[in-house]
Amino acid sequence: MSLDLATVRRIAVLARIGLEEDEAERLRQDLNTILGWIEQLNEVDVEGVAPLTGAAQMALKMREDVVADGGYPELVLANAPERIGDYFAVPKVVE
Amino acid sequence: MSLTDLTIAEARARLRAGEITARALTEAHLAAIGALNARLNAFITVTEEQALAQADAADAALARGEHGALTGIPLAIKDLFCTTGVRTTAGSAILSPFVPPYESTVTANLLREGAVFLGKTNLDEFAMGSSNMTSAYGPVENPWKRRQDDSAVLVPGGSSGGSAAAVAARLAMGATGTDTGGSIRQPASFCGIVGMKPTYGRCSRWGVVAFASSLDHPGPFARTVEDAAILLGAMAGHDPKDSTSADVPVPDFAAACGRSVKGLRIGIPREYRADGMPGEIEALWQQGVAWLRDAGAEVVEVSLPHTKYGLPTYYIVAPAEASSNLARYDGVRFGHRAEGGEDLRALYQRTRAEGFGAEVRRRVMIGTYVLSAGYYDAYYLRAQKVRALILRDFTEAFAKVDALLAPTAPSAAFAQGENADDPVKMYLNDVFTVPANLAGVPGISVPAGLDANGLPLGLQVIGKPFDEETVFAVGAALERAAGVEALPALRAT
Repeated sequence: MSLDLATVRRIAVLARIGLEEDEAERLRQDLNTILGWIEQLNEVDVEGVAPLTGAAQMALKMREDVVADGGYPELVLANAPERIGDYFAVPKVVE
Repeated sequence: MSLTDLTIAEARARLRAGEITARALTEAHLAAIGALNARLNAFITVTEEQALAQADAADAALARGEHGALTGIPLAIKDLFCTTGVRTTAGSAILSPFVPPYESTVTANLLREGAVFLGKTNLDEFAMGSSNMTSAYGPVENPWKRRQDDSAVLVPGGSSGGSAAAVAARLAMGATGTDTGGSIRQPASFCGIVGMKPTYGRCSRWGVVAFASSLDHPGPFARTVEDAAILLGAMAGHDPKDSTSADVPVPDFAAACGRSVKGLRIGIPREYRADGMPGEIEALWQQGVAWLRDAGAEVVEVSLPHTKYGLPTYYIVAPAEASSNLARYDGVRFGHRAEGGEDLRALYQRTRAEGFGAEVRRRVMIGTYVLSAGYYDAYYLRAQKVRALILRDFTEAFAKVDALLAPTAPSAAFAQGENADDPVKMYLNDVFTVPANLAGVPGISVPAGLDANGLPLGLQVIGKPFDEETVFAVGAALERAAGVEALPALRAT
């Protein structure tokens, strides 16, 4: 299937990536090239095959649900572009 | 012999014998970086003061008769590993202001063993690329030159291009890398050095900037198989902070390099004989078969029937995981924030448009699309099922053989700007490396010969899960038989 410009813009909104007008058309072509090439997976018979989610050949370990680390607000906020007190600051969200 | 020409094994023996100092060894490498990095652009950040302080601490420990596996050995760290107090960019503008307040488990393990860190190496942005051309900090120059045309600037491969170039040019004795679809093995092949991608779970991913979590494998670069084994031994080990870290013992990888390959069964996957593969790569592969036969291994043909579907599967799974992992870069908690976002959504969109380069935007878009409502089953779920078939291919092959032998990459290093017109053309570089990431099995690239232009070519050994020892043994046998002595044109002297 081939993506149109409206779909490319919708994906960009979902991905939260701002798009310039000329960029949308170039992305549309690139994405269609990649998706067209990926279509070859439709040749594979996957009937009855269980999906593989990861490469770890083992069961994930369980651990106690307890706090093991933390309590460093200064370290956590050290890279914040903007902070107010011990909070990350963002543009006003609610009027 | 110059200090920068020593192997890690040689240097650590001399350090322990008191014949050289860590200070002198580190200064020699810092001088090499000073002389060549402006041209190669292998390092984004050089941590000279820290390196000298670590070297002095190593000398003090050695003077007390104490040492770890790597005491005093100068290494380069891919700028994807978080390092306390040292900027970590992932090759992206979006992380340009990021200074981690914590240390990745792999680099913490190396420091525990006494290593000296020279700095942080260049890479494709978020490790997405096969040429190091997508870095926001500029491309890396491969230290090798074509014999007939030394004006062409070649790529070092990617994504760990800076690490590979630094080790090849003798700016570092070894380096860390990460391999999500070939990002250690392909640049190792392009730069004429050894690159090892261990089993998934062998090295902790904690503190490594995430690209595709089910495919990301930290691993080492070095100039010999034994050195790569020494580095992996120090990097590996169980880490409770990574839920996929394997709680299995770390064997003596370096000892495995001396094992005989006599009686081992080596599989030649017939589907790796790709159309259009250059004749000299096919010939080198046949030469590798002959070397292993001469060393007493039994070589048999095997089939991995889903090989050709590895790349398209990867280009669904990896972007899907990337679109999820990269959602954290929103300009709020760390990293770059765009100016003038009038509301939160505009802040996100502008920050990510400014902060991500073209290849990263492309992959985040693909990933978002294949995970979106209505397309999830057709793309993502189908890819996960094909991934299961690819793993099954390996499992069935490893019921018959101990390891597989294949080329690492379908070409030698190409020039900057080549393969850039079509994203799929660039992706094809990883055709022989991606299947091992999808299956999580270990693989090593060993320099095995030169092409007609005098550029290095690697052969790849792929092994069973958690059997890196056999991979190292076979890799070391190839290294001994190949006896490659050529050196890159640009190197420390």
